[in-house]
Parts: sequence; C-alpha cells; structure tokens
Amino acid sequence: MRLLTMATAAVMAASPVMADLVFPSLSYRTGPYAANGIPFADGYEDYFTLLNERDGGIGGVAVKVIECETGYNTEKGVECYEATKGEGALVYQPLSTGITYQLIPKATADGIPVHSMGYGRTSAKNGAVFSNIFNYPANYWDGASHAVNHILDENGGDISGKKIALVYHNSAYGKEPIRTLSELSGKHGFELMEVAVDHPGQEQKSQWLQIRQQRPDYVLMWGWGVMNQVAIQEAANIRFPMDKFIGIWWSGSENDVLPAGDGANGYKALTFHNLGKDYPLFDDLQQYVVDAGKAAGAGDQIGTALYNRGMYAAMLAAEAAKTAQAIHGTADITPAMMRDGMEALEITEAKMSELGLPGFGPEFTVSCENHGGNGLGAVAQWDAAAGEWNLITGYEASDQDVIGALVDEDSAAFAAENSITPSCS
Amino acid sequence: MFYRESGDFSTTYPQDSQTFPIRFDRYRYYVVLAVAFLVIPFIINDYWANAVFVPFLIYAIAAIGLNILTGYCGQVSLGTGAFMAVGAYSCYKLMTAFPDVSIVIHVLLSGGITAAVVTLFGLPSLRIKGFYLAVATLAAQFFLVWLFNKVGWFYNYSASGQISAPERSVLGIIVTGPNTEAWAKYLICLVFVTLCAIIARNLTRGSVGRRWMAIRDMDIAAEIIGVNPMGAKLTAFMVSGFFVGIAGALFFSVYLGAAEVGESFGIDKSFLVLFMIIIGGLGSIFGSFAGAAFMVLLPVFLKNVFVGGLGWPTDLAAHLQFIVSGGLIIMFLIMEPHGLAQLWRLAKEKLRLWPFPH
Repeated sequence: MRLLTMATAAVMAASPVMADLVFPSLSYRTGPYAANGIPFADGYEDYFTLLNERDGGIGGVAVKVIECETGYNTEKGVECYEATKGEGALVYQPLSTGITYQLIPKATADGIPVHSMGYGRTSAKNGAVFSNIFNYPANYWDGASHAVNHILDENGGDISGKKIALVYHNSAYGKEPIRTLSELSGKHGFELMEVAVDHPGQEQKSQWLQIRQQRPDYVLMWGWGVMNQVAIQEAANIRFPMDKFIGIWWSGSENDVLPAGDGANGYKALTFHNLGKDYPLFDDLQQYVVDAGKAAGAGDQIGTALYNRGMYAAMLAAEAAKTAQAIHGTADITPAMMRDGMEALEITEAKMSELGLPGFGPEFTVSCENHGGNGLGAVAQWDAAAGEWNLITGYEASDQDVIGALVDEDSAAFAAENSITPSCS
Repeated sequence: MFYRESGDFSTTYPQDSQTFPIRFDRYRYYVVLAVAFLVIPFIINDYWANAVFVPFLIYAIAAIGLNILTGYCGQVSLGTGAFMAVGAYSCYKLMTAFPDVSIVIHVLLSGGITAAVVTLFGLPSLRIKGFYLAVATLAAQFFLVWLFNKVGWFYNYSASGQISAPERSVLGIIVTGPNTEAWAKYLICLVFVTLCAIIARNLTRGSVGRRWMAIRDMDIAAEIIGVNPMGAKLTAFMVSGFFVGIAGALFFSVYLGAAEVGESFGIDKSFLVLFMIIIGGLGSIFGSFAGAAFMVLLPVFLKNVFVGGLGWPTDLAAHLQFIVSGGLIIMFLIMEPHGLAQLWRLAKEKLRLWPFPH
C-alpha cells in the first residue's frame, strides 16, 4: 500500500499540469556497461537542457527528460518503459539491442516510436513492416559492409582467401552482423571466423589465444562496455596490428582505447557522425549548460565520442519533433505525431550548419519505405599520442545490393510471424 | 486472540487434515484469494502488472520449484536459471510449431519437458551431495545456456538468436504478445501460481513430501527406515523441474515477450531464485512467496522512493539500492536464518497469545 502511495505521489509530482515534451532517457550509469552508458546519457540530456535554456524548449514547449536506470538489463528496461510511457513519452532510445527487441512489439502496440540509432533490429529499416521503429542514420548491416569495404579498399579490391575474424558480444547485439558478413564472405571470397565473447566479457584470454593461433588478417569487433577495453588490451598483448582491428561504432570510444595506452594506437572504429568538439554548438553548450552548472552527470564527458553520439541522438529527436510540429501545426505533439515527424525527417547540411554542427553527420532523409536513412558511415582511427579520434575516410555507402535483400527477407519473416500486412499508406 | 484453535472443533478427519486447520487462518487465505482474483484484476494497470505483479507471481512459481528441491529435499541447485530457460525455449518451440494448440497446454508441456531435463541433471545427486552437487548443477547452468546459444534450432535460426512470443489467446482473451491487457497477463499468471502452490502444498504435506524431508534431514537414516533415496531425490528433481519450467515458460511468453538466453536466464537468475528461498524461508511455501515478493518488490520500491520520491540521480539510486538490499539480506540472514517464513510463524505464535502473553 505504501508502495502504491509512493508511486502515485511520484507520478503526480512528475507530471505537472502544463504538458511538456517528454523524452525518456533509458540510461545505464551502473554495471559493466556504465563506462559507455554514461557519456551517451550525458550528451542526450545536455542537448535538451541546452534547448530549454537557450530556446525555451522545442517550438516554445519545454522539454522534460526523464531518466531511468536500466543497467543494460531487459527486465529493468521493461520496468522503465512501463514507468515512463504513461507520462507522454514521445520516443524511446534504449541504447540496448536487447531492450529494443523487447520494445519493438510493445511500443508498436502503444503507438510510441522507438529510435534505435545504429543498433537494434536491422530490418526495422523497412518501415512498411516496422511502422514505429526507426534506426537511421545507419545500422549494423551497414556497419558490417563498411568494415568489409574498408578492408577491400586497403587491399586493392581483392580480399579472396583472406581470413577475417569477428569478435562479438554473445547476444542479439553481437550476432546481428553475422548474417551480412557471411553473405559478404561468399561474395568477396574471404573466410569468416566467428569468436564469441560471453557477457560481460572481462575474460577473453581464450578468444585471443584462438586469434593468435589462427592468425586472421583482420579482426572486426562488435563489443560493448567492459568487453571493448579488454579486447583492445588483449589485442595489444598479442601484438595484433591495430590498424587491422576494426570496431563497430559502439567499440570506438575513448574509454575503450585509453586503458591500453600506446598499445591502442592505430585502432580503427566505424562511426556515423563526426568526433571532437570543434563545432559552434559546443560553445553554446559551454555557455548555457556547463557554465550554468546544469550539465548532466559529472560533466566531464563533453566532446567524447559517445557524448557526441548521445547529443546527435537528441539532436535528431529534436529535429523530428520540430518536423512533427510543422506537419501537425501544433507545438504540443503526441507520440503518434512524433512518429510522423520521424518518418518525414530530413537532415541536410544547411540544417546542421544552422544548428551549429556543420558537417557533423551525413545528410539523409527518412521515408516510410526507408526508416534507416542512407546507411553512410566512415572509419575513424585512434591517435594515442594526441588522444583523439580522426576520420580517415569520408562517409561512404554500404553494399545495398546485399543488405537490401537481407532487410526484405528478415522483415518479411517478422511480418509473417506477427501477421502484419506491410503497407505504406 | 487471533489464530486460536479454541472453539474450532474438527469433527471429521478431512477437516482435521486440511491445509489451514485454524479457522481464522483459513478465512485469511480466502480473503487473500478473493482480493487477488476479484479486486486486483479490476484496478491493475500496465505498470503494476509488468513491473510488480507478473514478475512477482512468476518468480514465486520458480521459488516454489526450487524450494521443493532445496528446502524440502535438501538438494542444492544452482541451475535454476538454465532450467527456466528450458521451460522458455520449449514453450517457444511449441508455440511456433503448434500455433493452434492452447498456450495453457504449451506451458504445462514446457513444465513436463523441463521436468525431464532436470531429472536427467538430477541423476548425479544419487552419488554426490552438498557442494559437489551444487557444482554439478552449475555445470548444467553453463551447459544449457551455451546449448541454447549455439544450436540455431532452439531459436528457429533467427538472425539475432532472440526468441519472441507470438500472440496467443486463452478463451478468446489475448495473453501473450504486445496487445495483452494488464489484467489478462496478471490473471493467467495468478491461475498458474494458485494451482502450483496448491499442488506443492499438498505434495509436501503428503507421503512424497515426508520422504523428501526425511532425505533432507539425514539420508542414511531415511534409507534405513525404508525411504528409497533414488525415488525421493528424483521425484524432487522432477517436481521442482516442472514448476521451474512453468515459471520459465511464463517468464518468456507472458512477462518478457522476447528473451535471450544469456541475458535473461544467466547465472544471476539462479542466484536470484536461490536468494528468494533463503530469505523467504527454506522448506516453506509461504516463504517462497515472501522471498519472491522481497526480491522483486524491494528494488522497485527503493527506486520509486529514491528517484521518484526524493529526486536523486539514477546512478546514485541504483548503487544505493544495491547497498540497501545487500544490507537487508545480510541482516536477515544473521537475525533470522530461517527467513521471512519464520518471522511469520513467530508473529502467529505471538498473535495467538495476544493480548495476554504469559
């Protein structure tokens, strides 16, 4: 009974009469994935704080960020979803492929959009089947293709007979690229070697011994949390050439490479947005958020790779909200309107410059047929001496011939399983 | 004053041997059932169902299952998580292979399949005891998780290795899938919990349960007085597996809707259920409920107090919640090693004499 009173009090205290635009942040600041969860959550929250402080919210309506700790755990994620959805949550960004899989059916039934930016179920790109799920600007299958394309470039377009190892988190997240990679291995004639690492990945001696014995030419990594640091350290220990070790965008933050020190120099990671803090927006962040003492968390993550990604996610959400406000002619949007806004989202260079983020990410448009954007991605390389990531390629396209077919196949299977009639009306 | 047997005469043997022989206790039980079946379904919402009641009820089934094995028969098991996974994956395979058969039958069959698997892993218990048996069940935990991750057949070769529950209904009411109403979820779990608890209670009161307890208290003595250790131990594993399997099937199909073996049924889950029965009380059906409630409700309650009530940062609240729950567990183990069930028993003793204790 006391719990009931407390919960009611909490709900009442948290939902004032004037409607805010509610953006829940299902974050994780504890547990084995905290090192990566904290910067993302800080960036996400800081951007909305900036909008509130500088512009008075989005379209004149204040933004409220409700943070809920998931610990990267699906059960807590479900609890967080149920706890926040009643408050008018506009979009969920759970930053966990496991929680995304949970939310895909639930959020669709509740009519709330989910933006799994660069994670989650890849075939959600097909908006005709996944009406409420968005994964722009790029997805794991794009990432797998980018990595292979990069290897192709380095080898003059011929990688037949090469051996590529995939070190992956043994979960839905890590298994996601396997289908594309095995397809690509058939197409380009390389040999794929799968090396699974179980949660949380603190112990990888046997996996790296296997890599040392089998001597793959390249290692790709789909890791997260403490697994990244350990893998990069182990790779340095066996003296695996770092410039042949390519991580997905979730394995490319400062926290992942710093523990290995100079040993990590030359490590590569994919990204779908730019890195560093050399953008006019960061001056505003400093002025309105940091100096005002309103920075989220400890405020020490600004400009790191994952902070930028959290900020980018918030920026895309805010732009989608603006689009929704324009479409429906009301500032006070509902989750259903937010969905329409996300589906009509268009990110252009002019728009990014206006926001103070010129050249921060690729240009893309979202449509009902394509919830995944253009799938452009770049490769970044870690410079241990300077302590910074540098983009070594431009934003390049992924192999849509292979991926498009796989997306259609997987989304058709989902549609059949859940008796959904694909439609774009 | 309460819980008094004075004036409560049994005139027949069935009356004397019923589950709750004291009238007050019996009425309390009927009231609890009435509230659970007739009141809560009408006021429950999504949050209360998904964050509180459904996990509580499902964990209660799992705790009853483990309590039969560990609390009643004295066989320590660290494989509960994996055994729940057996239930979940059998349920998934059955649901997708036979879409026209009722989900209730699938859940019961999953319980049966789990019972068979658990009995198989219970065979070493005939030779090894105590810690060594715990290690053998630990092996089951890791082996089964590895198996469900490795063999694509179990998750129908889906790209991500996730299993997700399709929509199924009972008597025309949807009970699995995203469109399930909160009350339907709650009620299906409640029906299973009630049946499981009644079966478990009566098994443990009967000759089967007495054999288990004889084995638990001293297996050599039990053998000498004519208890067949193989029969007793294996039935305990079987019955325990049946309940744990049902819990796993419901956990996946009704509660989570989508699951991944390493994350949802890892070693943490085994420990969680073990803590439930230790805190609730070994060898007590009520203790299984109390322990499940304690372990499920306390984190949610603390989170609502710290973050919702006091407005603290979420990471501070999450860390503090570990400290508070951990501290409470240690405090319980020191001050009341027999668990919440013993507290309840003591409270009943005190209430019997109240307001005139000698």
